[in-house]
Amino acid sequence: MMKKFFGILLTLAMVLSLAACGGSGGSGQADGSGNPPASTDNNQPGGDAPSGSAGGTFKLGGVGPLTGDAAIYGNAAMNGAKIAVDEINALGGIQFEFKAEDDVADGETSVNAYNTLMDWGMQVLVGPVTTGAAIAVSAEIYNDRVFALTPSASSTDVISGKDNMFQVCFTDPNQGVGSADYISQNMPGAKVGIIYRNDDAYSQGIRDTFVAEAGKVGLEIVSEGTFTKDTQSDFSVQLTDAKSKGADLIFLPTYYQPNAVILNQAKGMGYAPTFFGVDGMDGILAMPGFDTSLAEGVMLLTPFSADADDERTQSFVAKYNELHGETPNQFAADGYDAVYIIYEALQAAGCTGDMSAEEICEAIVAVMPTISVDGLTGQGMTWAESGEVSKAPMAVVIKDGVYVTP
Amino acid sequence: MEFLSYLISGISLGSIYAIIALGYTMVYGIAKMLNFAHGDVIMIGGYISLIAMTSLGVGGVTATLLAMVVCTVLGILIEGLAYKPLRGAPSLAVLITAIGVSYFLQNAALQIWGANPRVYPSVAPDTWKLFDGQLSIPYVSLLTVAACIVIMIALTLFTGKTKMGKAMRACSEDKGAAQLMGIDVNRTISMTFAIGSALAAIAGVLLCSYNSTLMPTTGSMPGIKAFTAAVFGGIGSIPGAFLGGLLLGIIEAMAKAYISMQLANSIVFAVLIIVLLVRPAGLLGKYVPEKV
Amino acid sequence: MKKLKSLKTTTKVDFATYLGVIAAFAIVSLLKNGGFLNRSLTGMLVPICCYIVMAVSLNLTVGILGELSLGHAGFMSVGAFSGVIAAMSLQNAVPLGWARLVIALAAGAAFAALAGFIVGVPVLRLRGDYLAIVTLAFGEIIKELINCLLVGCDENGLHIAFNISGTLTIDDLGMSPGGTAIIKGAQGATGTEKLASFGAGFILVMLTLVIVLNLVRSRAGRAVMAIRDNRIAAESIGVNITKYKMIAFITSAALAGAAGALYGLNYSSLAASKFDFNTSILVLVYVVLGGLGNIWGSIIAAAVLYILPEALRQFSDYRMLVYAIVLILVMLATNNPTIKNFLGRFKPRRSHRKEAA
Repeated sequence: MMKKFFGILLTLAMVLSLAACGGSGGSGQADGSGNPPASTDNNQPGGDAPSGSAGGTFKLGGVGPLTGDAAIYGNAAMNGAKIAVDEINALGGIQFEFKAEDDVADGETSVNAYNTLMDWGMQVLVGPVTTGAAIAVSAEIYNDRVFALTPSASSTDVISGKDNMFQVCFTDPNQGVGSADYISQNMPGAKVGIIYRNDDAYSQGIRDTFVAEAGKVGLEIVSEGTFTKDTQSDFSVQLTDAKSKGADLIFLPTYYQPNAVILNQAKGMGYAPTFFGVDGMDGILAMPGFDTSLAEGVMLLTPFSADADDERTQSFVAKYNELHGETPNQFAADGYDAVYIIYEALQAAGCTGDMSAEEICEAIVAVMPTISVDGLTGQGMTWAESGEVSKAPMAVVIKDGVYVTP
Repeated sequence: MEFLSYLISGISLGSIYAIIALGYTMVYGIAKMLNFAHGDVIMIGGYISLIAMTSLGVGGVTATLLAMVVCTVLGILIEGLAYKPLRGAPSLAVLITAIGVSYFLQNAALQIWGANPRVYPSVAPDTWKLFDGQLSIPYVSLLTVAACIVIMIALTLFTGKTKMGKAMRACSEDKGAAQLMGIDVNRTISMTFAIGSALAAIAGVLLCSYNSTLMPTTGSMPGIKAFTAAVFGGIGSIPGAFLGGLLLGIIEAMAKAYISMQLANSIVFAVLIIVLLVRPAGLLGKYVPEKV
Repeated sequence: MKKLKSLKTTTKVDFATYLGVIAAFAIVSLLKNGGFLNRSLTGMLVPICCYIVMAVSLNLTVGILGELSLGHAGFMSVGAFSGVIAAMSLQNAVPLGWARLVIALAAGAAFAALAGFIVGVPVLRLRGDYLAIVTLAFGEIIKELINCLLVGCDENGLHIAFNISGTLTIDDLGMSPGGTAIIKGAQGATGTEKLASFGAGFILVMLTLVIVLNLVRSRAGRAVMAIRDNRIAAESIGVNITKYKMIAFITSAALAGAAGALYGLNYSSLAASKFDFNTSILVLVYVVLGGLGNIWGSIIAAAVLYILPEALRQFSDYRMLVYAIVLILVMLATNNPTIKNFLGRFKPRRSHRKEAA
């Protein structure tokens, strides 16, 4: 018994010593455990006196999966957010201190990450990035009265019943209905096959609304194939089923990693239907080593295109590429937009850095339905009181490795 | 025709499970430990071969050889640093250490190569089309099946004929007695890890060629499935791992196609449970009743 | 004083365990009410209680019964979802929050016990690694089955559908417009009311300790340990192997179910994918590090190891890497003969007693 006890003591000692090393050598970030929030403001630039009506330094927290299976989404959103924070800080006026915490896309860890940020003294939250985690945290932010803007958690469950939770991305129903309408108008008579991931709220949510809308507009669904996290590397059965039932359009309400596999395996089978994706498809062209000819003719509804030629997108893509060595996907753009939306809202509400999280929350919630923000993922984005964003989805088709508006 | 294509996808999936299961079963048979880090060694093999192919520009075979060398060194290192000090410890302590190693490899890969999935250029990209393209067999599937059979025969010959192989079997029977006969048990176990890791590298190349993507968590689910396959066929038995892997793949594909895609994994596991109830030591495993 | 001395060592350890947990609860509650505890720790209290119960109950299977289980999270999952269904469907019938929590915990435990029975019948016939793989298989099967489950509730009662084809949605339940969806297949339960509290967690931990410690020290517990130490000898003196194995296994499952129900009612969203193989392994790590068969070891290990990854947050991206290294080093250190001998010198009087591990 004694030896176990010593084992645990040893663990503790090790953690503490490691913690000590991290603290002295690190960038002077918040200690994470036990420190009162006031002692951590050590990298504020000069004065934090409010300039004009809105100003001062705000503590912006970010929550998303930085490790684990979904790490790509969290890292992209947080990297995008950091770029926006740096840009805004360079402008003068409102200053942001930004800190991102890892939640492994899990509700429990996400609440822990959120609590850690609250200890740090967070005033506004950008996140959580994934749907399940966002729902778990949304109950907490509602009770604590902290304003949260999720870049990419798209389920309606994230915002329903919570007046202080807003979204940057489309809601799932929006995408499902939008896709079904688009297909029925532009490709009448298409025989649709669907392949979706049924243990994922995002994928299942879009599929459900797509099927419901397809029933209304008279779209024929001939085949449905599902997969799960554990089986997302082999789609030969699903594709064979769709092929044998004569599907000439495959709807893929899934993220781009499985989609890349699906495109590859369909080509291997000699099966060439039209593939139709949603915003999760975005990023496929930027996958390192992806043979873009596979995606030739793929259609998708997306709010963001890294190939857009407006100046803002170009500068964002260039900055992202310089910092992280890859082309940003839609999550990065969502994260970037989220920070700018908060920036606009803080200005519109005249918030100052010395206000408490609750005061800021009430002030922003009041102005959110009145503001309109131009971002990378949409021009003139506006919000309903429910927290849902209104922006136009854009249907694009991939031609020669770039998005083209059909 | 559909049945045939389902069968083919089952066989190709199954032979990948089989190669991984062969590595599992080797290590289990001799070291009597469940090496949960095996799946992650596969992932490392995948990354090494990918880098060799894309950055160094070498061909598939050279890349595979390079991955085998790196994984062998890695396997020996892991065994020496993490498992060897625990030789006399309870098996659960070794299991937890293996899990720790698995976490370590996954997170190290995440730090080194990032979370973004990489597209893996197949070592045998084309497909063989039959019956006017109604039936298509990816070359990588044929390659996998061939590799699987070759490896199985080679391993059977190795453990049956060579001195090292015999030493391995002796260790798996009785470590104490083997030591008394002058066998260096530690060296034999290290050798087993080296072979298991080299097999993992081959499995990594084939798995990634089949999946066409690679990310730090790529190895974990195939690892668990292959572990199931090894138990299914009778853990410790080389032909058993082959048979178990193949059957597992076929059952999975058939369950997906004809019963329910939702419950495909459940059906695979249910079959496993039934088989184990009828044959408690797996299909080809030897059931050794306890002596009093 | 004399009376205390005359107690057996095991009884002393048991009392110390109870007292330790009560003292820990008292101190933490005082700190919490005094505002000395930061939010991050406060938020972790309920999950820590859940994982303590999980670890203690798994210790019953792995440490006391001596069978490796890799699917313990499956029972937690059954308990969590049945608890959530019970709590959500009784929202109108039972307005009292704590009463619903008690009902949910009981429902969670009952359904998990049922699952434990169904799983136990085939599983306990196997041995060693074969048993381990079958528990793993059951854990995965439970996860997939719950992924197919659609549950809703309206004034006519519960509506349950099983979505094998994958094409049903919550609308197919045929609920009246006022009905609420409780479990939406793979999306899991969302909008769950948060009923769990640290007090409830503490009571559950105490209850678990009372049940497990009394079981272990009873005739049944001695039979279970006899089976672990030598099955054949136990059988030959007339111990009913199946019966006692089942008792231990079902108790373990029921407690995991109660822990799951508490866990499910602590978060407003819950998906079946949470309770996968990795969660089972996580709990197993608590048990092994705390010491097989060592109940208070499990409690401390669960609490420390739950906080550890959170305390490592300042390493940001390297957090899990550091966690893995700490895990390996602790396993190496606790099994190192030199350290063992060194520590052994501190307990010379006890050295003749064989450790439960």
